[in-house]
Amino acid sequence: MHEFLTSLFSGVLDGYLYPFILEGMLLTIELALLSLVLALALGMLTAVAKLSQSFAARTVAGIYTTVIRGVPDLVLMFIIFFGGQLLVNNFGAWLLEVSDEAMGWEYIEISEFVAGVFTIGVVFGAYMGETFRGGILAVSRGEIEAGHAYGMTRAQVFFRITFPAAVRHALPGFGNNWLVLAKATALVSIIGLEDMVFRAAQAGGTVRKPFTFYLAVALLYLVITAVSDVGLRWLNKRYSVGVRSA
Amino acid sequence: MANSETALLVEDLHKSFGSLQVLKGISLTAHDHDVVSILGSSGSGKSTFLRCINLLETPTSGKVSVQGELIRMSQRSDGTPVLEDRKQVERIRSKLAMVFQQFNLWSHMTVLENVIEAPVHVLKVPKAEAIERAEKVLQRVGMFERKDYYPAHLSGGQQQRAAIARALAMEPEMMLFDEPTSALDPELVGEVLKVMRSLADEGRTMLVVTHEMGFAREVSSRVMFLHEGCVEEDGPPEQVFEQPKSERFRQFQAGTLK
Repeated sequence: MHEFLTSLFSGVLDGYLYPFILEGMLLTIELALLSLVLALALGMLTAVAKLSQSFAARTVAGIYTTVIRGVPDLVLMFIIFFGGQLLVNNFGAWLLEVSDEAMGWEYIEISEFVAGVFTIGVVFGAYMGETFRGGILAVSRGEIEAGHAYGMTRAQVFFRITFPAAVRHALPGFGNNWLVLAKATALVSIIGLEDMVFRAAQAGGTVRKPFTFYLAVALLYLVITAVSDVGLRWLNKRYSVGVRSA
Repeated sequence: MANSETALLVEDLHKSFGSLQVLKGISLTAHDHDVVSILGSSGSGKSTFLRCINLLETPTSGKVSVQGELIRMSQRSDGTPVLEDRKQVERIRSKLAMVFQQFNLWSHMTVLENVIEAPVHVLKVPKAEAIERAEKVLQRVGMFERKDYYPAHLSGGQQQRAAIARALAMEPEMMLFDEPTSALDPELVGEVLKVMRSLADEGRTMLVVTHEMGFAREVSSRVMFLHEGCVEEDGPPEQVFEQPKSERFRQFQAGTLK
């Protein structure tokens, strides 16, 4: 495989495309997928919190989405990367102190990868939360009520009726969020993570062809989003059963 | 049917939404095989009454017993009513199948999936058996040929017949109909009423909130007329329709009979 790819891409982008840049692309994809998992989890939590009866839950979720959506991703990334480091270590030191060295830690370095996944996940969790909330609100009250009227438990109503119906309404927004998220991974090159943007910048600088290399990266992002589009279309079809299309 | 079992006992039911009193003390005893039609103009509280019986609304005060089992309710310190035992409510709801004005079929499921959903997940009937049962009830309401359709691809009358099949598949002790024909085009009302008539004929216990005076008069064993949250008439249809005691019912009748 390695030999095959090496020979296939030999000489492309002065030999930097494979393995140097495509390895970076793999990291971009890993980063995007892991961030997505975190964003989905946070998004579900946020949506449920925003729709809950609890004032505290609604307030916390409200502050989360307002702050996150109101601050540039890049600024958040710096805050989480540098501030998170401080916070984790101050907390560790504090734990050491109060527990008489039974718990806590001396110093932990947050890897760029973890910081990247965390930041992007937290940022897009807020957007996903809004999308999911809209999706859940769009589910017919009557269908939910019918679930209750037939003796379903609250969990059954949520997982068998509300959720599948909400997914359908949330999918277009989800698709958008995913595409923006995938592209937002480019930001991590700034904190030194060797994604495809970082590597293209390095290689392009070395051979003095920045334009060519950035153009190549642009095309690689297009590959990712085009493949996503196919997947999203499939999902949309799967969850739109029973919807009358014009 | 003097010796039949008491299916439903409602005593002095009150319901308020904020300061608005919707039900002001309604009582009803229904026996097995009774078909009770609940009439009233809009705002009379008839739908709210029906929804209190399967606890889609929590009554402010009063008692509801289904098949002799009293539904446990209490009040919070601020006076808001709460259901004490959700498990009990779920169990009782599974015995009272409801048919809604807007059908409320689950739109992401086919007709067959709609019909087997609650039997499989609430009553824990094995799937194969539930499908067999579903096909039988779908045949019964004339929807077997459309069992693989999604609700959005059916007419209102077909959707309501599918919703009746969904209710029948629960093998309910009692069926609650909340204005089942009010959302239908006039030419589709007949097919739904025909199914409901046949259910009454086979001795099902039914509570029907309706505007269909013909149905109330010919099919029901008892008619209840609500006005502003109070019972104004209550009795066998002959009595209520021939010798109404209340002036309001006479007006109501004059306004609705065409």
